[in-house]
Amino acid sequence: MRLRALAGWLRIEGRAAVVAVPLVWLGLFFLLPFVVLAKIAVSESVIARPPYLPIWDWAEGVLNISLNFGNFQFLTEDPLYLLAYLGSLKMAAVSTVIALLIGYPMAYVIARAPSNRRNILLMLVVLPFWTSFLLRVYAWIGILKGNGLLNGLLMATGIIHEPLVILQTDFAVYLGIVYSYLPFMILPLYSTLVKLDEALLEASADLGARPFVTFVTVTLPLSVPGIIAGALLVFIPAVGEFVIPALLGGPKTLMIGSVLWNEFFSNRDWPVASAVAIVMLVVLVLPIGLLQRTQSEKEENA
Amino acid sequence: MTEAIAARGARPWEDPAVAPFLQIRNVTKRFGSYTAVNDVSLDIYRGELFCLLGGSGCGKSTLLRMLAGFETPTSGQILIDGEDMSGVPPYLRDTNMMFQSYALFPHMSVEKNIAYGLKRDGVKRAEVATRVTEMLSLVQLDGLAARKPHQLSGGQRQRVALARALIRKPKLLMLDEPLGALDKKLREETQRELIKIQETLGVTFVVVTHDQEEAMTLSTRLGVMTAGEIMQVGTPHDVYEYPQSRFVADFIGSVNLFEGRIAGDFEDHATIHSPDTGSEILVSHGISGVKGQPVAVALRPEKIAIERRLPETVANRLRARVEDVSYMGNLSVFHVTLPTGKPVKVSQTNRLRSDDDAIRAGEEVEIGWDGAASVVVTA
Repeated sequence: MRLRALAGWLRIEGRAAVVAVPLVWLGLFFLLPFVVLAKIAVSESVIARPPYLPIWDWAEGVLNISLNFGNFQFLTEDPLYLLAYLGSLKMAAVSTVIALLIGYPMAYVIARAPSNRRNILLMLVVLPFWTSFLLRVYAWIGILKGNGLLNGLLMATGIIHEPLVILQTDFAVYLGIVYSYLPFMILPLYSTLVKLDEALLEASADLGARPFVTFVTVTLPLSVPGIIAGALLVFIPAVGEFVIPALLGGPKTLMIGSVLWNEFFSNRDWPVASAVAIVMLVVLVLPIGLLQRTQSEKEENA
Repeated sequence: MTEAIAARGARPWEDPAVAPFLQIRNVTKRFGSYTAVNDVSLDIYRGELFCLLGGSGCGKSTLLRMLAGFETPTSGQILIDGEDMSGVPPYLRDTNMMFQSYALFPHMSVEKNIAYGLKRDGVKRAEVATRVTEMLSLVQLDGLAARKPHQLSGGQRQRVALARALIRKPKLLMLDEPLGALDKKLREETQRELIKIQETLGVTFVVVTHDQEEAMTLSTRLGVMTAGEIMQVGTPHDVYEYPQSRFVADFIGSVNLFEGRIAGDFEDHATIHSPDTGSEILVSHGISGVKGQPVAVALRPEKIAIERRLPETVANRLRARVEDVSYMGNLSVFHVTLPTGKPVKVSQTNRLRSDDDAIRAGEEVEIGWDGAASVVVTA
């Protein structure tokens, strides 16, 4: 009896331990930094080290807490921030759509390839990760710059006579984002499409649907979970992307990542930078939360 | 519509004036070096319920998939209603298939699943609704139209799959192991319903199955397949009572095969000398073969009498020892061995609820059969 009780206790403890690992991880590396960030966002900026005032002080038995929401207010006063948010969202949204349009056919072809070739194709998708992300973005500079590889090739073949200005344009940023995040679109799409029962496609054809109709009525609706997962994996990091617009973008490329960087390192206004980060988080988390809720509701109703 | 076959009376395959509805001409299908279907020729007539019967890997499903257009024959020709099907994609064929896995669209309700084929044909919305309702009541799924496939039981899913395949009123309906996933009781019930539906609609059915009982119950005719070839085609009765080969005799039902050679060949009877029985077996019908030709006498267990002593009027009598008696409820199966060591299966209907005088294991008995009870197979 005692042994069984011990076994039961161990089982419960074991389960708690398994759950605890990710919880501790999230607490340490997400929740704690977020609390610090939130604290800085509501403090006052000073020229000191660290460059903000504490939000409470203890003097003569009186606890003074001063929460400064002026940083958030400031974000609404200067149109730069709104424009940067919108610019980032637009950049991320367009990149996500392009990545989907390119990634879907690729994922489809991989999923429909004979199983012995599938792993090779998947490895080719993941292969770029073996080189550092930063280096690969730098490489694009070499390709896109005025006297770079692309212009050289186009001029050598006589297609153009003047070098094109590609680097330091929004186009280069789109190119960089789509290129960098394409695998994150392909992989979840692939894993959804590879599970798609081929008999469903045959059943559709058997019932008189041409291949395109089958795609629209069967394949596409059944790959929606993969589309959502892939889109989120591209969209979220793309919104906060800093390296790609910094290296490939021009002065006109307005993205919230660069604004954040400027506030932090150039202006040394940590409170405003923190406020920018928190607003970005809210802007991202809210739609994702809503999306997940409608998804789970849909599943419950299904 | 062919009510004649529906009533299971007419035999269009015996009438040279009737043109076959589905013609399979010398069809071969190879996957690399593997031959799945080997030079199969087969005619199926309008209104038939034809069963392709065979073990797994015998090529029956590949043959069916070629009829549906999912596979292209390596050589040979398939004609449906006189029309050559080569190069015609599945979506342009007037055939439908009920898949073994049912292949119901998981993201669509029962109603949408059933309506799918009609919508692709551009049928007007009002008519689609009427026909879906009709179909739902035909397969007894009224009231389940709004459910999703995963909310249905196996039997209900099977009905949805059938309704979806039938709604376009195809010329030819193919069913791939249609009742495989159902339990025995439900399967028997569904078999009867399937026959009823087939008779009501008059659609030609081709059913693939590995279950010989199912094939016997369902089909107007059946074709026994093995290793990519059709061994025999005939009515269930013909195939069971007149198997043309050892394989068919053994595959359908259970059988005792006595190997031997033709000893005497006369107008109205023949004798086979068999080392298996250590005797000459009398067969009271003429056979086609020459003296000395190796043959086998195929004898069904239920056609053998077993007694402690048989009357001398029984044409073939052998002494045997009962090794084991299996009680199956409706019948008892006696596993006996002949003095030659050859095991023989004999079955007897259990007419009495209990029989104190029943033959038991270990007894010396006599088994015997009439000259007309056996079939001589050469192949």
